[in-house]
Amino acid sequence: MHELPQQLVNGLLLGSMYGLIAVGYTMVYGIIKLINFAHGEIFMTGAFGALTIYTYILPNGTSLWIALPLMIIGGMIVSIAVAVITERFAYRPLRNAPRLAPLITAIGVSLTLQQLVWAFYPGAKKERLFPQFGGSGFHLGAVTIQPADIFLIVAAPLSMVFLATFVMRTRTGRAMQATAQDPDTARLMGIDTERIIVIAFAIGAAFAAIAGVSHGLRYGQVDFRMGFIAGLKAFTAAVLGGIGNIYGAMLGGLVLGVAESLAATYIQHIPGMSHFGGGAWQDV
Amino acid sequence: MTALLEVEDLRVAYGRIEAVKGISFSVEAGQVVTLIGINGAGKTTTLRTLSGLLKPVGGHIRFKGKPLDKVPAHKIVELGLAHSPEGRHIFPRMTIEDNLRLGAYLRKDHEGIEKDVQHAYERFPILGERRKQAAGTLSGGEQQMLAMGRALMSRPELLMLDEPSMGLSPIMMQKIMDTVAELKAQGTTILLVEQNAQAALALADHGHVMEVGRIVLSGTGQDLLHDESVRKAYLGED
Repeated sequence: MHELPQQLVNGLLLGSMYGLIAVGYTMVYGIIKLINFAHGEIFMTGAFGALTIYTYILPNGTSLWIALPLMIIGGMIVSIAVAVITERFAYRPLRNAPRLAPLITAIGVSLTLQQLVWAFYPGAKKERLFPQFGGSGFHLGAVTIQPADIFLIVAAPLSMVFLATFVMRTRTGRAMQATAQDPDTARLMGIDTERIIVIAFAIGAAFAAIAGVSHGLRYGQVDFRMGFIAGLKAFTAAVLGGIGNIYGAMLGGLVLGVAESLAATYIQHIPGMSHFGGGAWQDV
Repeated sequence: MTALLEVEDLRVAYGRIEAVKGISFSVEAGQVVTLIGINGAGKTTTLRTLSGLLKPVGGHIRFKGKPLDKVPAHKIVELGLAHSPEGRHIFPRMTIEDNLRLGAYLRKDHEGIEKDVQHAYERFPILGERRKQAAGTLSGGEQQMLAMGRALMSRPELLMLDEPSMGLSPIMMQKIMDTVAELKAQGTTILLVEQNAQAALALADHGHVMEVGRIVLSGTGQDLLHDESVRKAYLGED
């Protein structure tokens, strides 16, 4: 059992990444009742946007500590642009269509974005290496924390505090709550609900970009399919937390991350399960 | 003098079904005008079209002399037309105070907003007592007070009330109608849709009786209240 604390920390880290993505599913669902199946690809394009900044824009050999803020901004810009454009041209024309139509469209958008990256991003036909922090992890008792994870430890809680403050305390945040609860009546108050929808997509995309950068840092590579599994798990997290509830999305992410981490470690110790490798369970 | 609101040959359809089949009426500043009629007569459809939630297929709406039928819903309240919708539609998971403040969403005069929030609490003390409570926990009558208070927060020049007494106990119904009378006495212009024809006509300067999408009878509130066919059809007398 000596690895328990380490696995818990791993699970929480993984979970906060899922939670960041889940926020995007839950905000969009909360307002237009659409499960945006392309949200995993928003996350993926955010990671590629950050990679682009590092590889093609910044001079070679820029320290990652300096590059990171610019990579995040770049990733966010790409994610937000992709999200806003898909909302405008794929989902908005279907606003009053039966629910199934935008859902199928979202799957189409997801595949399209994957294939666009595959076809046009240099070297994206296989995995592309993502910049890595040098140095070994530091130790806190039995737990080792990798330099790559420090980013997530700082970014995830900060993002959630920002979101909670935005939604609860600002005028636009309250307009967003009103739109989620009753869109027609929100319009009677003078709220431009189309604008609120765009803001919800944009915030979800910005969070997905943060998750995309942390995914790149943790695993050292990005590829055009990375949004599928991560998106599926984040969607599960959003449902687990009660879809439409932003705090639930984060909590659902944490629960899912810890469950995945512990299952991968311990299921093999259950009698009769030893022939299944631990890793086989992590994506169940 | 032109009327505050002029509706001319208004037609509204859901798909191929015409719910409002060419109605005309007007509301002068300071008046209370009521639309009465049974369910499905097109009263709510009319109000939802005036506030931009539905788009007309024909006819004209002019508010303060300007055409309204092409203006998007979220810009209409800014022009001075507030709508308290049928079924109240308060924001259930937000506090009472946040609900009220959303009524003033487009206003920038912070002091005026504070004053009007206090004013709403004076008008409806129960809302003040529960200001931090989620609006969904209020009773039906209290929710109606909140919906009316919220609509007033935009300082409208025309207040549209859709079925304010629907589903309320007789005591609460009386209270709500008293509030409407009070608003009238203060000079608020009101377009009132009601199934409780007796109460609505007693208050109204003008009334219009709607049946399946058409106005079939118009007159002053008192005239309609004493009209034999109205008494038979809507006031439950033989």
